[in-house]
Amino acid sequence: MDNNNKLKKIIGPVILVLILAFMISLPLFAQNYTIILLRTILMYVALTLSWVLFSGFTGYTSLATAVFYGTGLYTAGVLNGVLPLPLLMLCSGLISAVLALIIGTITLRLRGIYFAIFTLSSVELIKHVLNWYEINVLGVRGHYVTRVDYGTVYYILLAIVVLILITTYLIKRSRYGLALSGIKSCEEAAVHTGVNATALKVLLFALSAFFIGMTGTVMATGMLYVDSIIAFNLNYSFFPTLMAIFGGMSSMFGPIIGATVFAYLQEYLITRSPDAYMFIFGLVMIITILYLPDGLVGLYVRIRELLLQKAIPQIRRKISGGKHANTAS
Amino acid sequence: MLEVKNLNTYYNNVQILWDVSLQIGEGEIVALLGANGAGKTTLLNSLTGLVRPAAGSVAFLGQEITNLPTNEIVELGIAYLPEGGRLFPDMTVQENLELGSYLKNSWKIRNKRLEEVYSIFPRLKERRKQLAKTLSGGERQMLAMGRCLMSGPKMCFFDELSYGLAPKLVKESFAMLKTLRDHGITIFMIEQNVNQSLEIADRAYVLENGRIALEGTSEELLKSDHVRKAYLGL
Repeated sequence: MDNNNKLKKIIGPVILVLILAFMISLPLFAQNYTIILLRTILMYVALTLSWVLFSGFTGYTSLATAVFYGTGLYTAGVLNGVLPLPLLMLCSGLISAVLALIIGTITLRLRGIYFAIFTLSSVELIKHVLNWYEINVLGVRGHYVTRVDYGTVYYILLAIVVLILITTYLIKRSRYGLALSGIKSCEEAAVHTGVNATALKVLLFALSAFFIGMTGTVMATGMLYVDSIIAFNLNYSFFPTLMAIFGGMSSMFGPIIGATVFAYLQEYLITRSPDAYMFIFGLVMIITILYLPDGLVGLYVRIRELLLQKAIPQIRRKISGGKHANTAS
Repeated sequence: MLEVKNLNTYYNNVQILWDVSLQIGEGEIVALLGANGAGKTTLLNSLTGLVRPAAGSVAFLGQEITNLPTNEIVELGIAYLPEGGRLFPDMTVQENLELGSYLKNSWKIRNKRLEEVYSIFPRLKERRKQLAKTLSGGERQMLAMGRCLMSGPKMCFFDELSYGLAPKLVKESFAMLKTLRDHGITIFMIEQNVNQSLEIADRAYVLENGRIALEGTSEELLKSDHVRKAYLGL
């Protein structure tokens, strides 16, 4: 098993670097449509990874993704033309993080389904407060957003995804990662060992919101127009959650694969038959929850174990005539 | 080492603890005995900052800790093992232990501490990659105690160590307490199991209806008529 583990440790980063190099060079030779498609995929990957950064670590199911994504979109509209894009992104990231601090401080004492429901309703709350404000105070609905070309957006999203991956990796390796597993496993015991659970949860929630808000602002540049109803769309809460469950949360690959598959499926089906997309989405989710509790990654692990334990040793035995080269396991 | 003076604690408007005072010296094993509802756990929670006492003071090594948050109290050198051990069931033995050194000063030297714990409980080393939920009852107790040691405590609080354990395991767990004491750790144990607690404790306090009813060395208490009648059924 030792050799296997070493191999596993090397293979992951190598594949990541190769994929990254490929994706950086892609706009040089790919068609415009491919870039637009990848932009959507990267957006969902960023949202899903950010969601996993908080909910995957702590076990608290957040449905507030749409709040932070919407904040990103909406901020881009309100501050359009005031700030250059990098500053605008930073600004909406920070606004989202502050919102997360507020929502988190209020709600993170709740557990399980109560936390999920509160975060879900916070989306509607903010949407309708802003809608009321636009209609009754401003008297004008919606904001224009200056267009930014797809190539730039693509690179920015790629950078955000890499940033989230690095952040997740660093947290996982640190003592905070261990503390978060402790919170997920038994929060009370974690507190007894000296973990400041509330602070850790709220800060992680804010960090996750920061990335989601930035992603929203970048995506707004392709929408040209945003208002509160468009920005705070509940689907942005559901999709990342479901994509993460579909992909599996035990490794960082799961959410990436889950988001990629579904974002592609959406793009493919939505032009042909928009109704079929939601139908298939729902169907796949039901099957995943019933039969693949650890998502695609869990399925892969199960198949691999089956192969390693049964099929491959059998083949090896046949080839080597009973002699074993590797007896470490 | 630990000095508690006139502690009064309320839950809402109900007073649970009435003028509780006690002292624990370095290297002692002191037991707090009492029936269900006497206020034992409330006292422990008041000492570790989980419940705020309304009046009175708690001093540890001469420093006032009455209103400190739990994590700072842990950092000062008090480890608290809650009732039932409270392990992290979905984490490995080693991760459980490492989490015991979560606080900054301990985290840097966690590998050294890990070796110490493994030398006290070699069984944990054998099982270090196993999930905590797959351990036997005795191993869980070892792990829970081992995790306490990982924060490098000077003193450990044990809440109902014998709770829900088979008699043989109670004996083993109490023997582990002596091992810990031999490693220089002061022990304050909260127990309903009066008989066996008095066998290993140096001194004990008896809590009744939120007040200290009796105190003395274990021999004195074993001879006391009140203890014999009310707790030992003799």
